[in-house]
Amino acid sequence: MMDGDEAKLWWAEENAKRNGFFLCPDRNLLDDLIEGLVKNDGRYGYGACPCRIASGLKAYDSDIICPCEYRDADVNEYGMCYCALFVSEEVSNDPSKMEPVPERRPIEAQDAAMEVKEKEEKRVEEVDGASMREEPSHEHIQVGVDEEGIPIWRCTVCGYLAARETPPPICPICKAKADKFERFGFGR
Amino acid sequence: MNCTKIPGKNCEHQVMIYTLSTCGWCKKLKALLSALDVEHEYVDVDLLTGEELNSVREEVKKHNPRGSFPTLVIDQGAKVIIGFKEDEVKEALSG
Repeated sequence: MMDGDEAKLWWAEENAKRNGFFLCPDRNLLDDLIEGLVKNDGRYGYGACPCRIASGLKAYDSDIICPCEYRDADVNEYGMCYCALFVSEEVSNDPSKMEPVPERRPIEAQDAAMEVKEKEEKRVEEVDGASMREEPSHEHIQVGVDEEGIPIWRCTVCGYLAARETPPPICPICKAKADKFERFGFGR
Repeated sequence: MNCTKIPGKNCEHQVMIYTLSTCGWCKKLKALLSALDVEHEYVDVDLLTGEELNSVREEVKKHNPRGSFPTLVIDQGAKVIIGFKEDEVKEALSG
């Protein structure tokens, strides 16, 4: 296990204890779920459910950030949450009771998140395309800065762009921290 | 579409699975199909972007209106198995 996985497992254990749940009794599955959560932490900036599709836009994925909004209802009804990270005492003692939990998240929530994600991708592509087209005829304009030479920073979580000397301390759109910002267009 | 083909001796049906790269149940399903030596294709939908992501999500919803993973589609929808259901998969695909 990687360090990040151990930290995440510790977090999950603490969260389960605090809320009266138990962790997935299938050790291989548990390891996979933890690894998935850590991967999502890395690519989205938050631990979206490893068994659901995330948009990468925190505001739209908030219902599926672990522990998800559906966990308590699913553990009550099925003895485990949708991905099985959290289970009831009964299932913890008898893993043969584990069976697939039907998806409780409305498809409308997934659709809304993914639609906004697609729009964001298109917007970023257009901004990218525009700056690439301008490069040959405006050689004095440096890549990754605006017309006045101020660096442009891009939030890697939601795509928000800001022209300023240093990255914003917190993204005004998705509240990601400064370390989620990268120099936009840098190195092209 | 960007899917990965896994060859197998058991190739009497066309088997397609829609999965997520981070999902433990999807991983179990991939392993089960390989253990049963079932020829199949899979696509990790979370790794797609843009138009491709859109069209694959529509395909998933056509077979599984809740749009959840894994979704296993046999012979273009003759049978659909939602979630990791070992017994159902074995009954539908082994031997």
